[in-house]
Amino acid sequence: MDQLLQTLNAILNSAISPQTAALAIAAIGLNIHFGYTGLLNLGQAGFMLIGAYGFAISIIGGLPIILAIIIALVAALIFALILGIPTLKLRGDYLAIVTLSAAEIVRMIGRSSILTDITGGSNGLTGNQYRSPFTSLSFFGDGHITVGPWSYDATGSNGWWFIATAWFVVGVLCLFVWAIMRSPWGRVLRGIREDEDAVRSLGKNVYSYKMQALILGGVIGAVAGIVYILPASLQADSMGRSMTYFIFTALLLGGAATVFGPVLGAIVFFAIRLFVQGIAGQFIPSSIMNGQQTEQFAWIIIGITLMLVVIFRPQGILGNKKELSFDVK
Amino acid sequence: MIMLVMVAIVTMVTLGSSSARADTTPGPVGTAATTCASDATTGCLQGTIKLPNGDPAVGIKLEIKGGDLDTTIATGDDGKWSQAITVAGPYTITVDTSSIPDGAVLDSATKNPATVTGALNKNVGYVFKVVGGTTAADGTTTQTPGTDTGTGITFDRFLQQFASGIRLGLLLALAAVGLSLIFGTTGLSNFAHGEQVTLGGLLAYLFANVLGLNLILAAVISVVICAATGYFQDALIWKPLRRRGLGTTQLMIVTIGLSIALQYSYQYFLGASTVRIDRANPVTVDLGPITLSAQSLISMGIAVIVIALVGWVLVKTRVGRATRAVSDNPALAAASGIDVDRIIRLVWTSATALAGLSGVLLGLVLNGVNWQTGLQLLLLMFAAITLGGLGTAFGALAGAMIIGLVVELTNLVLPGDFKYATALLILILVLLVRPQGIFGRRERIG
Repeated sequence: MDQLLQTLNAILNSAISPQTAALAIAAIGLNIHFGYTGLLNLGQAGFMLIGAYGFAISIIGGLPIILAIIIALVAALIFALILGIPTLKLRGDYLAIVTLSAAEIVRMIGRSSILTDITGGSNGLTGNQYRSPFTSLSFFGDGHITVGPWSYDATGSNGWWFIATAWFVVGVLCLFVWAIMRSPWGRVLRGIREDEDAVRSLGKNVYSYKMQALILGGVIGAVAGIVYILPASLQADSMGRSMTYFIFTALLLGGAATVFGPVLGAIVFFAIRLFVQGIAGQFIPSSIMNGQQTEQFAWIIIGITLMLVVIFRPQGILGNKKELSFDVK
Repeated sequence: MIMLVMVAIVTMVTLGSSSARADTTPGPVGTAATTCASDATTGCLQGTIKLPNGDPAVGIKLEIKGGDLDTTIATGDDGKWSQAITVAGPYTITVDTSSIPDGAVLDSATKNPATVTGALNKNVGYVFKVVGGTTAADGTTTQTPGTDTGTGITFDRFLQQFASGIRLGLLLALAAVGLSLIFGTTGLSNFAHGEQVTLGGLLAYLFANVLGLNLILAAVISVVICAATGYFQDALIWKPLRRRGLGTTQLMIVTIGLSIALQYSYQYFLGASTVRIDRANPVTVDLGPITLSAQSLISMGIAVIVIALVGWVLVKTRVGRATRAVSDNPALAAASGIDVDRIIRLVWTSATALAGLSGVLLGLVLNGVNWQTGLQLLLLMFAAITLGGLGTAFGALAGAMIIGLVVELTNLVLPGDFKYATALLILILVLLVRPQGIFGRRERIG
């Protein structure tokens, strides 16, 4: 019973944690790519990493926080341009392979030993090297705040200040996506997803629209990177291919091409993982499955969940099957 | 005698050398696998030390001071060292240079003692690089020229890297041909193909090392089992899904899910450590300035023969012609009496067998396999088949050779971290100029 409560507690904590919010933001960005425009971006973690490095290195270099955020977003914009120019005119698989490769290149350069002075190499940068300008913006004061089942420090890392800002960003982005996707611009994007040639025959510049979507989603990915590293540390390897796959899993779980799908998906993603791990830890004797193995078991379940969701419910929890034809252009 | 000693790069024990592992953190790929597991109250300092020839350096003594610790540990049989800490803060790690075997010294660029900042709930890795060299009686060390990080290009080094490039290219081609055939016949980018390579290596380890079978027998059994996985994968997963009419994007995401599940299954059963298929020390062969292990040469020979065989089957036999017909236009092929499902089943079976063989040979050549051997290769495979032209088997071969050479030759001018990055960069550049690849046709791309 104790352990069951512990698991429940862990799930509750993860449901509001800033890192869940970061995954949700990254999934919102990916939703613009994949859900609305049909672009198969397999390098969302690369955008996160670009944003994270842009932000952290600027702050460590002594720039004010606003400028650091702008630099991070501009870096993601340039990255999107570099990726988009060679691939957006080609078939979808090329974009997939190039984005996947480019994200890996960013990660490998970030963790390479030559750049240890700037990026921290494979050890990365610790949070307190870049966190203080953000912490000092807090108006939550010191002390400890308890809300319902959650009890955290007001301002310390992983505290309410981080949680509130992260979810505020999620809220703003949801509103933003809702607004632009019902605008004429958003309808063109959906049109491209459904039938690129039809949109082209209406005189729209498909290439340019795709590029705008790639940039927009990528910049949101950079925001996710910043949110992700603020309460933690910046490590190139924590934003590798697996991260992209997790973002995809979260997006598809929640429902692509929906406003709240990515957010719900991110929460459910962590809940499934912690639930499986907790249950396996409690009910399966450690002679059959030890602590390390319960964690791996949880990831195996995540992989299988992704397969089953895509096969049996491609629209996810919230999606509308009719809306989503779900095929690469 | 030409001393061409490969620079031993001390790798971090795990891919994600350190990652916060709090409950709320989406972990990257599994990180802790050593004797030391970090949690909320402990952290780990760890690393691997390798000798210049790539073998693990056993019994190197390290003195660790800092926090509440003052201890001396030694590297294990696998060259790994790790120390659990309970206090965050700076730690001083000193390598006892007298415990380094003769013929090797600590690289002059490596700090000794080194200061590492330990943190709780984190694995912190540190690199001590050992290179070829001698220690004089007075304790001064002389590094063998050309054995440092080495950005100087000599012709001999070029030849050595070229040979390694050919080797990597051939083994890559074995795996990539299958990936390309699957893409050609079904339109599916199989992201779980890397795991098939890993499977081959791990099975060979299981049969040759754990069960003690003869190496060749173990390799044959592994390849046969891998082929069976392909056959049943198609029968149980892919064919029913094709029948359901799933789009290629959906199918591709299914393979991503499969790949995640397989990776963690390997970790579940075998842990995250690298296992060696063949326990014996490799015998090396000198060919002029080139030094390769005997197993490398045999592996390259096997790869050449098998690739030639695949090529012959594709060009000369009825089955091969039918396969190419299905690649070209499945509907037309079906209309002209080819049993498309049977061909696809055959392609899956042989593609996974080839990937398995590639895994066995890679495990022998690279001195071990772990759960992510194939994962690291997957991107290179994609780069190879995109370079060669998606869906063309011979393009995959050509692309793999280019990628193999690029990866290994990059080592001449850039540090090892960049070798995969260069290959992928070339892929992106090629797409700018000639998106259809070397052998691809224009109409396939747009």
